[in-house]
Amino acid sequence: MSTPILRLQNVEKSFGKNHVLRGVTLDVQPGESVVIIGGSGSGKSVMLKNALGLMTPDGGKIFFNGKDVTNATGGARANMRDRVGMLFQSGALFDSLTVWENVAFRLINSDRVSRGIAKERAIETLRKVRLGPDVAGLFPAEISGGMQKRVSLARSIISEPDLIFFDEPTTGLDPITADAINDLILEQVRGLGAAAVTITHDMPSARKIADDIAMLFEGQIIWRGKAADVDRSGNDYVDQFVHGRAEGPIQPAI
Amino acid sequence: MSNVSTNKRGIPNPLAWIGAAALGLFAEVGHLTVFAAKVKAAAFTPRWYPAEILKQIIRIGFYSLPVVGLSAVFIGAALALNIYEGGSRYGAEQFVPNIVVLGITRELGAVITGLMLAGRVSAGISAEIGAMRVTEQIDALETLSASPYRYLYAPRFLAAIISLPLLVLLADIIGVMGGWLVSVYGLGFDSTVYLRNTLDFVTRDDIITGLIKAVAFGAVIALMGCYQGDKSEAGATGVGRAATLSMVGAAVLVLAFNYVLSTIFVEIGL
Repeated sequence: MSTPILRLQNVEKSFGKNHVLRGVTLDVQPGESVVIIGGSGSGKSVMLKNALGLMTPDGGKIFFNGKDVTNATGGARANMRDRVGMLFQSGALFDSLTVWENVAFRLINSDRVSRGIAKERAIETLRKVRLGPDVAGLFPAEISGGMQKRVSLARSIISEPDLIFFDEPTTGLDPITADAINDLILEQVRGLGAAAVTITHDMPSARKIADDIAMLFEGQIIWRGKAADVDRSGNDYVDQFVHGRAEGPIQPAI
Repeated sequence: MSNVSTNKRGIPNPLAWIGAAALGLFAEVGHLTVFAAKVKAAAFTPRWYPAEILKQIIRIGFYSLPVVGLSAVFIGAALALNIYEGGSRYGAEQFVPNIVVLGITRELGAVITGLMLAGRVSAGISAEIGAMRVTEQIDALETLSASPYRYLYAPRFLAAIISLPLLVLLADIIGVMGGWLVSVYGLGFDSTVYLRNTLDFVTRDDIITGLIKAVAFGAVIALMGCYQGDKSEAGATGVGRAATLSMVGAAVLVLAFNYVLSTIFVEIGL
């Protein structure tokens, strides 16, 4: 087996007395799509922010392409982020920039590509997520939630990253739009040959885009297996979550 | 303050409360100092974003012209009236132009501009950055290999320290004109004599002290806006609270810096 593109080794993170991550260990191989499922408050977003370097873990190690990036700063952090894409739950598009400027943000501001060439590449990438050039000049507030997700997807793939994180990519979308987003994610991730780490509690989405599914519960990965095996995991926690039952070992977060 | 010990009736121990408040204040000053050092480092070393700096100069400087101009004209006018009223008790009405220009250039032009921008600009910056923080736009910036210190905070800081002196210079001119208007058309002063007295009395140091204060106020206003916005908590309440804190903090710091700088200028004879 090759060097994992992402390795989390006993990652711990607490906020005061709240121990959110209690030793998360996870390997993601190049080109592999891993979906992390788990209830609200299980630590999925915190895990993702630690992996991205937006938070620093209290314990454990994080490796990107075999290099320890746990406390990376400056150039080492920038080198990692140059090879990583991220689709935020809210889209996180910049309000003050047009759609094409959002998509081309990294090209213009980090890679120092000229605005003309960056615009051409942005429009080409928007086309890959089924958005026409007429959308390019609009502001994020002028397009629908589903279109914002597609713009955010275009922004995350424009620099052809090796690893893409997806934070709840289908949350807030109707089932048809959600399925279209899933198709686009699959198409683009496979097209790029990139690895993908997706956090979600949308099971149809997880089944569709995952090679492997892992379940995070109380700050630990309690099960990992092939997506096709998720219905016969033999794990009561996974069974309860996958079937969406209120009764079981997991207490509803209300 | 939730960790402050309480007695059996749930009333906080006063000493513990004072201790916790003092520790909280020291922690806040420490965080603000570190934040300011990072912004300053980003502002004065490459890489810069000229388009962002220009955009912020327009937002902070150009769009503040009406509010600064209006404030200055009314302050200058009111100052002339009050000096005339006070001076007439000692037969010293003729000193109105001298005291108006001194008061405006050394003190009021900079302070009024600073206070108006603490409200208009600091709160605006804080609300904008706070909204970006809670909608994950600042996280997105980082994942796109752009430092928020360089892309967001440094341009606002540079724009504020460039714009404030220009606005204060304008406030000085308009403030003096406000005093002139009231003195000539309301109090019977001769226009030529008033203007000659003003120009003869004002010194280069009077104007420079106001401009030095303006640079300091610009730094304080931008830093407070960026700092409160950056640490804004989730939700509309968090963003609103950040805007209020930045406005109040910037206004208090403008007045505090004004006193400190005035003291220094007097001590060194400027």
